[in-house]
Amino acid sequence: MGLLAATLLWGPPGLLLTFALHPALCSSAAPTSGPPHRDYCVLGAGPAGLQMAYFLQRAGRDYAVFERAPRPGSFFSRYPRHRKLISINKRHTGKANAEFNLRHDWNSLLSHDPRLLFRHYSSAYFPDASDMVRYLGDFADRLGLHVLYNTTIAHVTLNKDRQAWNGHYFILIDQMGHAHQCSVLLVATGLSVPNQVDFPGYEHVEGYESVSVDPKDFEGQNVLILGRGNSAFETAENILGVTNFIHMLSRSRVRLSWATHYVGDLRAINNGLLDTYQLKSLDGLLESDLTDLAIVKDHEGKFHVTLKFFLEEGNQTADTITLPQDDNDNFAMRVAYDRVIRCLGWNFDFSIFNKSLRLSSGGEFSKKYPLIKASYESKGSRGLFVLGTASHSVDYRKSAGGFIHGFRYTVRAVHRLLEHRHHSVAWPSTEHPVSQLTSSIVRRVNEASGLYQMFGVLADVALLKENATAFEYLEEFPVQMLAQLESITGRRAGRGLFVINMEYGRDFSGPDKDVFFYDRSVGHTGDAWQSNFLHPVIYYYKGLPTEQEVRFRPANWALPRPTAIHHIVEDFLTDWTAPVGHILPLRRFLENCLDTDLRSFYAESCFLFALTHQKLPPFCQEGYLRTQGLMGAENLRRRRVERGLPRGHASVGRHREDGGQGPKGGPLVPGPPLQPLGGNKEEL
Amino acid sequence: MMSSGFSIYRVGISFVMMCIFYKSAVDCLSELSPQKYFSTLQPGKASLAYFCQADSPRTSIFLEELKEAVKPLQDFGISVTKVNCVKEETSRYCGKEKDLMKVYLFRGNILLREFPTDTLFDVNAIIAHVLFALLFNEVKYLTTVEDLQNIENSLKGRANIAFSYVRAIGTPEHRAVMEAAFVYGTTYQFVLTTEIALLESIGTEAIENAHFYFFHCKQVLDLTQQCRRTLMEQPLTTLNVHRFIKIMEAPLLTEVAEDPQQVSTIHLQLGLPLVFIVSQQATREADRRTAEWVAWHLLGKAGVLLLLRDSLEMDIPQHSNVVFRKAEEGAPVEFLVLHDIDLIISRVESNTYIEEIQEDEDEDMESPDMDIQDDEVAETVYRHRKTQLPLELTVELTEETFNATVVASDSIVLFYAGWQAVSMAFLQSYIDLAIKLKGTSTMLLTRVNCADWSDLCTKQNVTEFPVVKMYKEGKHPVSYAGMLGSEDLLKFILLNRISCPVNITSVQEAEEYLSGESYKDLVPYSSVSVLGLFSPNMTTAKEDFTEAADYLRGCVITGIYSEEDALILSNKYAATLPALLLARHKEGEVESIPLANSRAQDIVQIVTNALLETFPEITVKNLPIYLRLQKPLFILFSDGSINPQYKKAILTLVQEKHLDSLTPCWLNLKNTPVGRVILQTYFDALPPLPCIVVVNLHSGGQVFVFPAEQAITEQNILSWLKKLEAGLESHITILPAQEWKPPLPAYDFLSMMDAAASQHPTRKEPKCTKETNVQENDKKQHEDKSTVRKEPTETLRIKHWNRSNWFKEGEKSFKHDNKEL
Repeated sequence: MGLLAATLLWGPPGLLLTFALHPALCSSAAPTSGPPHRDYCVLGAGPAGLQMAYFLQRAGRDYAVFERAPRPGSFFSRYPRHRKLISINKRHTGKANAEFNLRHDWNSLLSHDPRLLFRHYSSAYFPDASDMVRYLGDFADRLGLHVLYNTTIAHVTLNKDRQAWNGHYFILIDQMGHAHQCSVLLVATGLSVPNQVDFPGYEHVEGYESVSVDPKDFEGQNVLILGRGNSAFETAENILGVTNFIHMLSRSRVRLSWATHYVGDLRAINNGLLDTYQLKSLDGLLESDLTDLAIVKDHEGKFHVTLKFFLEEGNQTADTITLPQDDNDNFAMRVAYDRVIRCLGWNFDFSIFNKSLRLSSGGEFSKKYPLIKASYESKGSRGLFVLGTASHSVDYRKSAGGFIHGFRYTVRAVHRLLEHRHHSVAWPSTEHPVSQLTSSIVRRVNEASGLYQMFGVLADVALLKENATAFEYLEEFPVQMLAQLESITGRRAGRGLFVINMEYGRDFSGPDKDVFFYDRSVGHTGDAWQSNFLHPVIYYYKGLPTEQEVRFRPANWALPRPTAIHHIVEDFLTDWTAPVGHILPLRRFLENCLDTDLRSFYAESCFLFALTHQKLPPFCQEGYLRTQGLMGAENLRRRRVERGLPRGHASVGRHREDGGQGPKGGPLVPGPPLQPLGGNKEEL
Repeated sequence: MMSSGFSIYRVGISFVMMCIFYKSAVDCLSELSPQKYFSTLQPGKASLAYFCQADSPRTSIFLEELKEAVKPLQDFGISVTKVNCVKEETSRYCGKEKDLMKVYLFRGNILLREFPTDTLFDVNAIIAHVLFALLFNEVKYLTTVEDLQNIENSLKGRANIAFSYVRAIGTPEHRAVMEAAFVYGTTYQFVLTTEIALLESIGTEAIENAHFYFFHCKQVLDLTQQCRRTLMEQPLTTLNVHRFIKIMEAPLLTEVAEDPQQVSTIHLQLGLPLVFIVSQQATREADRRTAEWVAWHLLGKAGVLLLLRDSLEMDIPQHSNVVFRKAEEGAPVEFLVLHDIDLIISRVESNTYIEEIQEDEDEDMESPDMDIQDDEVAETVYRHRKTQLPLELTVELTEETFNATVVASDSIVLFYAGWQAVSMAFLQSYIDLAIKLKGTSTMLLTRVNCADWSDLCTKQNVTEFPVVKMYKEGKHPVSYAGMLGSEDLLKFILLNRISCPVNITSVQEAEEYLSGESYKDLVPYSSVSVLGLFSPNMTTAKEDFTEAADYLRGCVITGIYSEEDALILSNKYAATLPALLLARHKEGEVESIPLANSRAQDIVQIVTNALLETFPEITVKNLPIYLRLQKPLFILFSDGSINPQYKKAILTLVQEKHLDSLTPCWLNLKNTPVGRVILQTYFDALPPLPCIVVVNLHSGGQVFVFPAEQAITEQNILSWLKKLEAGLESHITILPAQEWKPPLPAYDFLSMMDAAASQHPTRKEPKCTKETNVQENDKKQHEDKSTVRKEPTETLRIKHWNRSNWFKEGEKSFKHDNKEL
């Protein structure tokens, strides 16, 4: 209760949950018969809530979205305070491929309607937040999403019931005291509670959520900003030109997003203060633990920074408190400040959830977020999923799960899991003959946006069918759930699997890394494993790894140790379609994993093989033998004949026989000199 | 054949060649009076004389050129003279008028040729024409393909041919050929042509100014066999021809047992690399065959040697099977491990290529062999990537235009992806088809590049490439399931012009339909016309038939007749309704099959079987259909059309049901040249044709051959088959039953990562590992810098990826070798 009151004090009015808990209703929350029932309840009509509503709607599910504001996306109607979104709105890529273009559209939600792309709402590369509000409103309206506006859910509790999908129902109480019963609860409330730090004098600190955005108010002032995230820098950027100086204080060093490859770190668009600091223009950055500090207001109304430790020395008046500079006369923050502003980020609002839901924060290092599994389901109660920004604990400081361009995909993944769990709809997949494996992978790594944004979190999986002549391709599976893949997707991993992930180089990203070092890029396919920039990595497993293997995988590894691994060499254009540089090594890798020949052949070669071998390579079996052979245009064929067609096949069979006699006994050994080619000696 | 008269002038090849290469600047055109000139003529000696009026200008363009020709011609033993005709002189060679002055070629005092001065437009033309006239016997000038065929046949087993094409007589290339003929004319038969058609007949594609081929006819003993041909790839100059012929003269394959670094052959002297195939006594014969094959392929590009490991004093790295040595002096010997013969060839070819374009970037050469494209489709597509296709002949559809287009007109849509080789290969055939159909088709040919319009393709249920679909108004799109080639797709499009089935409304129309009259233009594409005959009330049967017809759309013509008078037809063709009439147009027969209780599936089966021939010519296209029968193939290989007698004999056997357990067919090597390769696989060398084999493809893979000494008669075949059945015949070979394995290993990134991790337990900065590797290697390699090797360290098969220390050991042995060298 105390927490809730505190929220009231600092929270922006529009953001707050009205405290309206009716004890009577709470206790009599009668099951089944009583409150109206929904299969799916979504809390919050922000981007994540709407995205989930879209998928539920398309699947024809019984759902409702509860939103306390009268329109969607109310967070964006107030934040960011300075109105400039730092998610890019790249309207041109030079490509027509819509899926590829989503890689560079960080604001749109997923839908089938091409009009609902953010580029139709703003032409700015860093768009205005009000365009986002307009966009979200249109998204909900055009798609006819079922949103209950002006409905504030004040309390959520659990009601055990064996009939329920998950053994219990979620009971939602709104501000009118009405109850709503839900089988599945999808929490997309974002992070709404400003982060507070407890230290003496905290009351003198202005919050990001309420500080003036008019630079005039800062004219000729000394400003201290607490925090080092984008909101801190955004605030500083706004007043940089009018203040005497800005000091910025936080516990950890600044993390530049171009060094960490994490979009939540300081973006270059906000980093003007770094420039002025390092160019000796009075502004500056300092590192210290905020909890050790105290702020003292002197008789002139100016603020002094001191240590909590000094305040404990006993009763002192504001002007007599010991300041660090008394002992240490070159103390950095010995100057008096006109304003102290905190920009310390946001936390998840745990207050509305009853204890029985066991929705808790993830401990000291991730207090911001509720504790969830890699499937986005709460660790405390089955059937409660956290979506959107609040689900960022899964990939905090790694990829984009806390942002629209990341969670739009994780929401889709959650929806797919739910479809299987409650409606027996297996994870969507396409099935192809194995000769199409290389192409399937090449296609995805070149266009898939979910893999690209949620690298390391969502990965494609190719499941080999029995005897490995075909495979099923699953897109954007939450890869940390790999061990449970069969049970949560309804697909079988019969004979091994490939996982297609995107990765930066192991030691490339980090706040202290030089990402521009000379020779940072790898061009040679043989060195592909040393690629630094984001590139596709393919893992091969003979069987699904166990939960243990996933959990205790080697440090720095996105996935457990595979049987074999392939890196497609990084590419400056992120275009991995080069026949020899990208596709050929990938094919060799797949061939060696599957122990088969995945080359494609013209019908004439298949004809030759059909009459000179008892078995045919997969491409001929799947194409030629089904009268779908590739005849080849005349000019292609003619050239081939000249060069002595068909090449490189006759020795295949014999290799194995000889391999056995190799000195080390494995079929691996290159073996004695070349085999006679038998056949095509005469063809010149 | 040989011209004895001129051999005496061939003073020694080297001398002559030298003279050719050093152009003489000395102007020594002697001037004589006619009388004087004729008195100097020596018997048997050739001389060229320019008769001109004494008062003509001292210089002219022609004279300048003639002066230049003096020295080269002297080198060939031909003197050049300017003869000044004085007015009162009455020699018949002195023309009457200034501009009628001519040049004459004499041998002794016999006139061989006279040339108008404009023929001899420059020094090249002068030399070319003079030598051409003198070497009349040595250099055959041909104009027709038959001439070439005849000369080739006549020389088989006797001599090799130097064939050249030049654009015109008197060109510098012509001169080069003539100069070569002067030297080599007695050793090889020179053949010259200016006919493009002749050049095309031997399969040259990109016709340039000039081409020079060497026909290896001398070792051809079988007259039916063609002479091998080697094209000189360098420009046609005297020097290149000389080099080329020298290489052709060198032994194809040499066996050596010494250090590859020490070996020297003519190839090396001529700047070509050497390829050593490493062999040992045990596998010598097989390796020799391999090496010969390689040598043929590399003829003119590299020298090939067989290196016997056993008798070698030095050590060759254990696993390497090929040694490669570049021609440059001091270039290191490379020890390679190549799993595929083609890699040797591509290595040499890529090497020469790199040498041509980037002479000093040797580092690039270290790319491992795995980077060589061994997918034939990807390779051809890549090679043609710069060829501009007339794509505009097909309509490119986008997300915006797709729906409107396929609704507005009947369309064929090719879904492809620009990066996917198979679909790009097919795109070429598709464009070929568009060219063929240009302006004639009612069907719109369109394409969608799924690399651009991914969502559109997914919506159309296209998830692999290529896919062809037909969109017809008011109908579900039909996927094309035939061969990916322009002919088959053409057939599909044409047969889809008519409805499936065609609704026939009168008996007369039905008769026309069965006779093939109704759809004359389509009959070539559908050897059989199917007609379903029903009485009007047979609703279910009709539905089944219609369903079957729909399934068969695009592969055969189908029609339906269900009027009251259907009985007229059923009586005529002795069919009970419901019935199927199959009209075979080629044979002019109509067969009837009762359809009672046949479901759509059965009907499809009946029709499909009807399309099979009893003794078909097997082709690349139709083999899959016959393989479905799952019977051993009985194949008669024929060089050209099948002898009608053989055909008759086999057809009789078929009729007498002796061949029921087999699929009898014949293969025309002219139509299906790959058949030769098949025969070679069965026999090692091409057997005399025709030849009959039985191939037990589906159980055992044995290949049996009908004895070549027996005549192909009904009787003989039958008794052979009996013996075969009784197990009395032994097979000549068994087709390999192995699965298709990866052609090459993949990069073993996992162990590379492990290696890096173990070397740097704390930091894994990629760069450092690289440097360390280099240092480590340096230590060992300092001792012999000239020997650089390909380390096969990165090329292990996955099976052995996990803690196999094989590669460590391999590496050790390498380094050990280094010391020894």
